[in-house]
Amino acid sequence: MSFRAAVITFPGSNCDRDMAVAIEKVSGTAPLRVWHGDDALPQGLDFIALPGGFSYGDYLRSGAMASRSPIMKAVVKAAEAGVPVLGVCNGFQVLTEAGLLPGALMRNAGQNFICRTMPLTVENNQTLFTSAYEAGETIHIPVAHHDGNFFAEEATLDRIEGDGRVALRYAEPCNGSRRDIAGILNASGNVLGMMPHPERAIEDVLGSSDGRHMFESVIGSLVSA
Amino acid sequence: MKVRILVRLKPGVLDPQGRAVHHSLEGLGFEGVEDVRIGRVIEMDLADGTSDAAIDDMCQKLLANMVIEDYSIEKLGQTEPA
Repeated sequence: MSFRAAVITFPGSNCDRDMAVAIEKVSGTAPLRVWHGDDALPQGLDFIALPGGFSYGDYLRSGAMASRSPIMKAVVKAAEAGVPVLGVCNGFQVLTEAGLLPGALMRNAGQNFICRTMPLTVENNQTLFTSAYEAGETIHIPVAHHDGNFFAEEATLDRIEGDGRVALRYAEPCNGSRRDIAGILNASGNVLGMMPHPERAIEDVLGSSDGRHMFESVIGSLVSA
Repeated sequence: MKVRILVRLKPGVLDPQGRAVHHSLEGLGFEGVEDVRIGRVIEMDLADGTSDAAIDDMCQKLLANMVIEDYSIEKLGQTEPA
């Protein structure tokens, strides 16, 4: 089976290569690399990943400039057509700024850049991205961010919680995120934004292989579809 | 014309930077500091006659994140010749 994935690179992305390596190691197929200035995506994609980093040096707001770059119009269109889209860290910030996910990622409540492995609870395993996990399972995935403090209004939080769109929650307080939210889905469930880095946790030698199931979930959903 | 946009966190949105600066001011011995909020000033030179609607659009599409921020627009008059 060939898995046709694309990794988008923005100026200032720095986890794009890790993301590409993770996708290739788990799927067996190297993803296509797409530059932010392109205005079209390759045809027939099974998966799009927006990597971590500091696109545009976090100018204006984290993810703000990248979310207005030419390729994002195509990403929004693909997301609306149902292509699975994963945004990690800066990729999550880009997805909220692009309006594909609700809320915003603000400066960490403690002001510090947080770089450590966090325990996460899999809140919903009935998703494209988490089906290979057990419901309620605790997994360990590293975080590395300054602006990961998830904010949304109470009504929005209630709605996404009620709809099962909180996929991942920090198992202990991390960055001041409302309701300890670490990762959320869009309404149709094919877009996931998360601050922790699953691509940095795909082999035991890296400290954890818990991120591997995320990629296996997406690949598995295509096989069974 | 020169236009100054002031982007501020909405009331009720916690401002960690403002809070840290607040503590710092108190640490320096300043009394009576009740709250500190940090925002962003964006100054633009725009072609004379740029419509208010266009400036609003700039704020809503890029300069402010309407989930967490409010903005206000201040017109500073016509551009002086250099």
